[in-house]
Amino acid sequence: MTVAEQIITIAIIALATMLVRFLPFMLFPAGRSTPKYIQYLGKVLPAAVFGLLVVYCLKDVSIFSGSHGLPELIAIAVVILLHLWRRQMLLSIAGGTVCYMLLVQLVF
Amino acid sequence: MNSKYICALKAAFPYTIPIFAGFWFLGLTYGIYMNVSGFSFWYPMLMSLTIFAGSMEFVAVNLLLGAFNPLQALIMTLMINARHLFYGISMLDKYKGTGWKKIYLIFGMCDESFSINYTAEIPAGVDKGWFMFFVTLLNHFYWFSGATLGGIFGSFIKFNTNGLEFVMTAMFVVIFMEQWLKDKKHTSAVIGLALSALCLIAFGSEQFMIPSMLGILAVLTLLRKPLERAGEQE
Repeated sequence: MTVAEQIITIAIIALATMLVRFLPFMLFPAGRSTPKYIQYLGKVLPAAVFGLLVVYCLKDVSIFSGSHGLPELIAIAVVILLHLWRRQMLLSIAGGTVCYMLLVQLVF
Repeated sequence: MNSKYICALKAAFPYTIPIFAGFWFLGLTYGIYMNVSGFSFWYPMLMSLTIFAGSMEFVAVNLLLGAFNPLQALIMTLMINARHLFYGISMLDKYKGTGWKKIYLIFGMCDESFSINYTAEIPAGVDKGWFMFFVTLLNHFYWFSGATLGGIFGSFIKFNTNGLEFVMTAMFVVIFMEQWLKDKKHTSAVIGLALSALCLIAFGSEQFMIPSMLGILAVLTLLRKPLERAGEQE
């Protein structure tokens, strides 16, 4: 690839990323009333999307080989327990991450 | 006047600390990856500034190493980033009335900015537009600085941080829980988890995002009547 072709490729990726981010705002501008169906989606989608993002983070964990996803399972349990106990975002995230690092470096 | 910005920055910063850890780790990795793939630091620097979609930038390295194919680049980007359509639909209301900042808020709406800005309880007295602006700006800065440093120092950086990437998973688990604890009913959350997991098993890690999104959209559309009647999200 020449430098010009590289620049075009990067520009396309940047513009396409912006397109998917801006599209809903262009289709449903703030001035006009948003269709009821879209309003409904705006309310129910986030909970489902957060579930999708959790699965997305774990997509490369293989249950049938290596450590069988055990470090991930244990660390997520730690995150959940810490969060139910104190409900402090940073504590839950740091605790779970440290636990995971110890598990993959020392145990598995 | 100044205190308004500082107040918002102070409120926003703690929410971004885990993202700082995660983005520096991933950004450095990305910069190093570009470095060892033969690109100068200008590439990760300018790409982290203009694209700001982490997973896409790793894919971009492969696209840049292959033959010139703009259509493939376009389709890959639309497929990988399609989930941002859902973020936009969810943020239509929250980004309302944020003035010129709205353009930047939408531009910088990566997974992490969206998740924080959607779920964070912004304290009373803190300007919500500036709060969300600083969350987005800080995240963008972490990613940009990590990617650039990785690109500059490349293979000089010693990695003693095996497992640190889990910080992103932990953050999304916490955000998922926050949403769960806030909602009275959990139909949508369960649908999101279950359908994505099923699609991951059925289609594999490279292909599962689009079927998951279509599935979530279809089931939520079918359940509109009962879910609205239950007033689940109110």
